[in-house]
Amino acid sequence: MRSELRPLALVYLGLLALLALTVAGSFLPLGHASPAVSFGIAMAKALLIVWFFMGFRREGWAVRLAVLAGLVWLTILLSLTLLDLLTRNWLMPHFGT
Amino acid sequence: MTRSGLVEEPFSDPEQQRRAALFGMTIFLATEILLFGGIFAALIFYQAAHREIFVETSRELHIWIATGNTVVLLTSSLFAALAVAAAKAGNGKATGWLLGVTAALGLAFLGLKGWEYALEYGEGLLPLAGGDAKLGEPGKRLFMDLYLMATGLHAVHVTIGVCLLLFIAARIATRATRMPEQATTIEVSTLYWHLIDVIWVFLFPALYLVR
Repeated sequence: MRSELRPLALVYLGLLALLALTVAGSFLPLGHASPAVSFGIAMAKALLIVWFFMGFRREGWAVRLAVLAGLVWLTILLSLTLLDLLTRNWLMPHFGT
Repeated sequence: MTRSGLVEEPFSDPEQQRRAALFGMTIFLATEILLFGGIFAALIFYQAAHREIFVETSRELHIWIATGNTVVLLTSSLFAALAVAAAKAGNGKATGWLLGVTAALGLAFLGLKGWEYALEYGEGLLPLAGGDAKLGEPGKRLFMDLYLMATGLHAVHVTIGVCLLLFIAARIATRATRMPEQATTIEVSTLYWHLIDVIWVFLFPALYLVR
């Protein structure tokens, strides 16, 4: 158990640093880059939690694929939903005006 | 076989049984990702459609309570991961305590969240009867509707997680669950706990850091 303590504590400190970074970033005038920055940092935090805390670095591909399958469906859900909004004015410039 | 445990039908060895349990849990977690995915889709869609009012409303939320709550949940995840390490090492007593601390941090999260709701209710920001005085503008109400739904559903998950961890900690204390033979129980239930943490990691910027 002792051998586990060090890497887990380091990951924890990394997570806190990323949290500080994302909160500080929200006070900077990043404009339209702001959502990309905060979601990029969230992604990094999620990867740390999944890889180290959830122990996925030691698991086989069956377990990883189960979560990846969920992410594939999530990508379909988000991209098809946003496709409408992002292309609405592109295909029909005067739609809804 | 390193872990001579209780092997149930139809499994032939503990490791195979363990993998099947983890696989089942991760499939369930994938459905949870999609459950919250619907809320995220709505949040992202409306954020793109009503950017200005969403930014304005997001700034009115209590970002420091939410930041504190993020620290609480990240810390709880560390203790959950340590509980798995203790369980695999066969230290039942430490496993029970670590799960207890994880659950206590979950309760602290719920306490802080409740305080935050109370503040918002008093400020007229919560879309509930009597607490929505400042939600006249439709865009603002829409954001706070999504906020309440997302954080409410998340809080329900935290509550379930706390009950689950306390239940297992109690079973370890009464020696109904033994370590390391039943370490898989700890692994599977903490996977659920970590997912609750991961969902919060995404809810935090999607609600509090809209800029």
